[in-house]
Amino acid sequence: MSNEYRLSSGGQINRSESISFKFNGRTFHGYKGDTLASALLANGIHLVGRSFKYHRPRGIFSSGVEEPNALVQIIKDQGKTDPNLRATQIEIYEGLNATSQNCWPSVNFDLGSINNLFSPIIPAGFYYKTFMWPANLWENVYEYFIRRAAGLGKSPTKKDPDNYDHIYYHCEVLIVGAGPAGLVAAKIAANAGKKVLLVDERPNFGGNLNFSNKDYNKINGLTPLEWIKKTCLDLENNKNIKILNRTSVAAYHNYNYLIMVQNLTDHLADKDKNDQIRQRLWKVRAKKVILATGSIERPMIFDCNDRPGIMLSSAVRKYANTYGVKCGNNISFFTNNDDAYETAITLHNKGVKINSIIDIREKSNADLPKKCDELGIKIYWKSAVIYTEGYKKINNIHVMSLSKDNSSVIGNKLKINCDLLCVSGGYTPAVHLFTQSGGKLEYNEKKHYFFPKKNTLYQISIGSCNGTFGLKNIISEAQEKTREFLSIKEVDRLDVLTPKGGDFENIWLLPSNKISGKTKSFVDYQNDSTANDIKLALREGFKSIEHVKRYTTTGMATDQGKIANMHALGIISEITNTKLGELGTTTFRPPYSPITFGALVGRNVGKFFDITRKTPMHDWHEKNNAKFEDVGQWKRAWYYPSDKESMYDAVQRESKAARTSAGILDASTLGKIDIQGSDASEFLNRVYTNAWSKLAIGKCRYGLMLNDDGMVYDDGVTTRLDENHYIMTTTTGGAATVMGKLEDFLQTEWPELKVYLTSVTDHFATISVCGPHSKKILEKVTQSIDYSDDNFPHMSFKHGLIDKIKCRVMRISFTGELSYEINIQANYGQSVWEKCMSVGREYGITPYGTEAMHLLRAEKGFIIVGQETDGTVTPVDLQMDWIVSKKKYDFIGKRSLYRSDTMREDRKQYVGLLTNDPKEILEEGAQIVAEVKSKPPMDMIGHVTSSYYSPNLNKSIALAVVKNGKKLKGKRLYIPMKNKTIEVTVSDTIFLDKEGKRLNA
Amino acid sequence: MFIIKCPYCGERDHSEFNYGGEAHLVRPKQPTELSDDQWAEYLFMRKNIKGLQYERWNHSHGCRRWFNVSRDTSTDKIHSVYKIGEKPSK
Amino acid sequence: MKKKYSIFALVKNSLSYHENWQRAWRDPEPKSRYDAVIVGGGGHGLATAYYLAKEHNLKNIAVVEKGWIGGGNTGRNTTIIRSNYLWDASAGMYDHALKIWENLSQELNYNVMFSQRGVMNLAHNQHDVRELKRRTHANRLNGIDCEWLNVEQVKKFCPIINCSPNIRYPVMGSTLQRRAGTARHDAVAWGYARGADAMGVDIIQNCEVKGIKRNGDSIEGIETTKGFIKTQKVGVVAAGHSSVIANMAGLRLPLESKPLQALVSEPIKPIIDTVVMSNAVHAYVSQSDKGELVIGAGTDSYISYTQKGTHEIVEGTLKAILELYPIFSRLRMLRQWGGVVDICPDASPIISKTSIKGLYFNCGWGTGGFKATPGSGHLFAHTMAKDEPHALNEAFNINRFISGDLVDEHGAAAVAH
Repeated sequence: MSNEYRLSSGGQINRSESISFKFNGRTFHGYKGDTLASALLANGIHLVGRSFKYHRPRGIFSSGVEEPNALVQIIKDQGKTDPNLRATQIEIYEGLNATSQNCWPSVNFDLGSINNLFSPIIPAGFYYKTFMWPANLWENVYEYFIRRAAGLGKSPTKKDPDNYDHIYYHCEVLIVGAGPAGLVAAKIAANAGKKVLLVDERPNFGGNLNFSNKDYNKINGLTPLEWIKKTCLDLENNKNIKILNRTSVAAYHNYNYLIMVQNLTDHLADKDKNDQIRQRLWKVRAKKVILATGSIERPMIFDCNDRPGIMLSSAVRKYANTYGVKCGNNISFFTNNDDAYETAITLHNKGVKINSIIDIREKSNADLPKKCDELGIKIYWKSAVIYTEGYKKINNIHVMSLSKDNSSVIGNKLKINCDLLCVSGGYTPAVHLFTQSGGKLEYNEKKHYFFPKKNTLYQISIGSCNGTFGLKNIISEAQEKTREFLSIKEVDRLDVLTPKGGDFENIWLLPSNKISGKTKSFVDYQNDSTANDIKLALREGFKSIEHVKRYTTTGMATDQGKIANMHALGIISEITNTKLGELGTTTFRPPYSPITFGALVGRNVGKFFDITRKTPMHDWHEKNNAKFEDVGQWKRAWYYPSDKESMYDAVQRESKAARTSAGILDASTLGKIDIQGSDASEFLNRVYTNAWSKLAIGKCRYGLMLNDDGMVYDDGVTTRLDENHYIMTTTTGGAATVMGKLEDFLQTEWPELKVYLTSVTDHFATISVCGPHSKKILEKVTQSIDYSDDNFPHMSFKHGLIDKIKCRVMRISFTGELSYEINIQANYGQSVWEKCMSVGREYGITPYGTEAMHLLRAEKGFIIVGQETDGTVTPVDLQMDWIVSKKKYDFIGKRSLYRSDTMREDRKQYVGLLTNDPKEILEEGAQIVAEVKSKPPMDMIGHVTSSYYSPNLNKSIALAVVKNGKKLKGKRLYIPMKNKTIEVTVSDTIFLDKEGKRLNA
Repeated sequence: MFIIKCPYCGERDHSEFNYGGEAHLVRPKQPTELSDDQWAEYLFMRKNIKGLQYERWNHSHGCRRWFNVSRDTSTDKIHSVYKIGEKPSK
Repeated sequence: MKKKYSIFALVKNSLSYHENWQRAWRDPEPKSRYDAVIVGGGGHGLATAYYLAKEHNLKNIAVVEKGWIGGGNTGRNTTIIRSNYLWDASAGMYDHALKIWENLSQELNYNVMFSQRGVMNLAHNQHDVRELKRRTHANRLNGIDCEWLNVEQVKKFCPIINCSPNIRYPVMGSTLQRRAGTARHDAVAWGYARGADAMGVDIIQNCEVKGIKRNGDSIEGIETTKGFIKTQKVGVVAAGHSSVIANMAGLRLPLESKPLQALVSEPIKPIIDTVVMSNAVHAYVSQSDKGELVIGAGTDSYISYTQKGTHEIVEGTLKAILELYPIFSRLRMLRQWGGVVDICPDASPIISKTSIKGLYFNCGWGTGGFKATPGSGHLFAHTMAKDEPHALNEAFNINRFISGDLVDEHGAAAVAH
């Protein structure tokens, strides 16, 4: 059985290039240019999948993106397998290996099809009505099996080795769809000198014109293929236009912003991929958009309309003309319009037997039906297919006549043998992108489709997506509308030959000779929802179309209702007696067709997931075995373990050294804002809680910043460099938001202030040296600074030089030790750091990381914003009343401190905690109670914010916020842990050197 | 995915800007003289309009300037852009 | 009297080809007056009506819905249910809801598919670890189940999470609430609607509120597209549109309505059996019974009622998803959508009386309202019926914005605002 359904000639495949591929383990052959679907059909394979719910056998139904049935899994290694791909879109390549999905053990013998037997008791929404007793069986039994049964293909289980890419693109005119309308528009736009982007999701351009019958369709005397070839050649030679095939527009956003995905290598054999990018996401901003997205052929809805071997008529024509494949040898048609006749004639001319055309219309005097008649093809007018037979492949159709009003079938039942039934229910304009863009639809009651009515952007729809059918109409509309849209004076005339079409008649749900409960007329093939399901939903009161959709899952499968939705709406409108125009449609959500997460993410994976900010001394830290901590985007040296040292031991050693000899810390990540201007002092008065006007030049001051809700927002030391010049430091995490907030107040609330802000965080490296030997080290590192306490007291700053390079040295301390901070141009950071290290070696200088820094400041009771505070803590709660100016008229957050809740005396307040057992270290985040109960709930009065073992005090210390804490000093409290309760005593927050002697040691 | 016309730099993609909430909320000059109610009104209560809203934007990845925008929140269509201190054109 | 749903009913009805099922709810025209009117037919509103009828003996109740019931955020969220909130007030309220969830299918005789498959909250830095442990301890002492998992335990509980120490923001541990999980969102709205309707509640769809009629400081009724409805009690449960209704009554609320997006992948066979959330990198994911990965994206910063967000938000979320689950790279986004969420400055809801007698608001649920649906309805019904809050929603009164007694749950809210 090798290509026995391949026609002897014709098609756009390359018959000299045979390609072998595997499907369900069997090897087949196709040709270059085949899709998996066409190659399977050429080999007589229709059955490719099983449906979602009933596991009914399903065959290839269409030839493109709308395919509901033929979903396959591409088998590669575990990192590269692809689930749920449409056989109708997969271009075959040497080595392609695909399997059916959602069936076990095989598509031919699927145990899941037992569901079909139960189908009478599992209609739409059955799961809402059962599986409730006993309650405890839901997750472990019912849901477990439902989940196992659901799903389609399988996820990869290894990392995706492929690369994806993003590109931004701007153009004057974007044309979506390169069918006849799109090609005409593209040519006009490009010739007019516009910068044009033309995209089409298929590999070849020309759309449905590609497989139109050449005897009946001509443009300027050229056959469809000749015209397409010539037009594409013209376009390729026009430098104004960029043309992308295999590119699907996924989403159409506001302001003509469109997201599209270009497939670059999926159609290539592995050996030809050469590690190229797999897919590229295009982010296009277009001045004007021309939608020429075409239309999708509709099926007919009747009993057992889902068997393998029932296919869309246009698809069958495409398989014949584009791929040289006949989908059957003995073909019946079921139609309500003339398009099916073009397929019939095409196949007849290729020598395939057309046994019958069943047409629901009374008669059509148009060209094509007449021709069929002449060819001797039997046409059954005013008739309907009411049933089909054949389990894995259709073999028989039942036909009856329609009553006058089409409400029932009458007369004798006729059985016709066939191996293929082509259905054609007319065409639905593909308005997906139009509505995504915010456009409104209107319903054409005569032609039975929704079409674009009112758009909101610089955009037009042309061709069949605009409800324009017939080649002649399409081309003249494309010319006229494009001309007008782009303000072009004149365009070339095109002479178009097209068959004279007949009327189109529509029956959403065909009548049957059975009672309706016994029929299975599928509306959504993939999700197995039937006309009866829709009726049931309506009967149960699900009135809105969105309710029906959700209750029956119609239109929610991977084709998102491209085939199903129109009929679902039609059936609802018929049953509820509502005009379709009033009923409206469900929302068309992006993407138009599914797109990979990989393409959406592009290169932003792995190390490019987020920016990594490194300090100027980062390399040194790395070389010296630092472990790093993520703080925002920064990598901060966390601790520096020697060989086999544990984190705990390293931090203890570092913390001890900082107080006994000297410690050195990289503080470069702290935010730095340069503040200049004649109103700089006043500005600081307004943004900090304390007063700044009297700060002398050369002095530093700690400041606390609140939000206007009164809660602590940020803190840091600000130094007055000059009369009108300050340098502010912020927390590492708060740098950007503080800068933003200050800029906001300055520009919008206080525009009268003459103040200028510049973020200089990255401009300076900051090296903090602390400990009893720090002064000696600094004296050797810097030149020309007198470090005597008189000249350079705590909380002051000096300009200095280090090897001729200017630096600023602040004498400020976050550890409570004598401490200096060198700020120097960032690119000198590492060398100055190294200099400090080499000078400090004789004093035992020890680099310490953020963890030791946290420990050291905790010994002194200094807060960390974001650790002691969480957005609910005021300065008063922190017992920092001293920093809140009572005199200042206003500052950010002041008013909020005087609200009834913020003034409460028993708020959670900042305290120290000591464990009874000095070896016991509390867990940060642990909750505190005054009274332990035998079981929860217990009244929690606070929590541990920071906790360490202090090597300098030889005991554990902790900081906490506790309700009414100010009054609880010396009181015993409890921390109930999972397995034990820890007793603690409330203490002062300063554990070490309360008098501050060490600052001057 | 708007395009916002910064009054200082011209048309730029929305991703260059930060939103700053309702415009023309003037921070009281004398907050301490307000009642808790009045202060809460300024601090938290918002019109949250469905329809034409006057709002603030900051060209944070550009000139860093704040300015005002009138935008229909039911369609996201921007009607006008104007500087801080200016009145919106109707 | 509503006939019971069961497997027997399904079998029985199959004999008559399912032609004889009752309507799940009626489709009445509004009466001229009601004892109470709920504005908003989402899960919270329908639950409110249900409990008003069931527990407070009010029979003459209407729910008016501008569109179709469950069509707002009820039908647009990622269906995560948990109660591992930090503060006592939130923990109390959300756990109250969780306890109702545990028997809701039986209570409503409607399978809402509440599935306690556990919710994990991942920590990616020291700050996360500290905050999540704090929450774990608080939950434990509040009697709410919550465990801390170290990295090995994370790997064991959900093997597909990338626990490599070499990723940009390595996983450093996680909380796990085993009682937490997901439910079928539509079913919640439908189940409550059916239950409320059975007790006589009129559910009126396609009925938009156009005005609120006041007599001084009390409510007289509402103007709707289906005419004036007289009532002295109006409970507004309009989520993203709360401010619109409040403005009709001359009130301002501390809310901003912003776009929140979500997406699903194509259905695949079971690959992830729990709910995993990560605030730091912003990714949360679960897998529906149908097989779709359900992924919550973030909010945009600006106010919008368009139910559309920006593409970059979706991209940012998927970026984080692939950081944590590199195996998902080849899976495909099937559908993406947005909702309008009303966010309070403290990321906690308002379930409260107002300065106008008879006017009540239940709003401000931000990105996490679904989980509270049964509890929210239950407490709001109490508040409306008694004209005073239940002990469990006292903290969520609107006056907290005046006093400053906020319930700051930014840390616990799924989406960082």
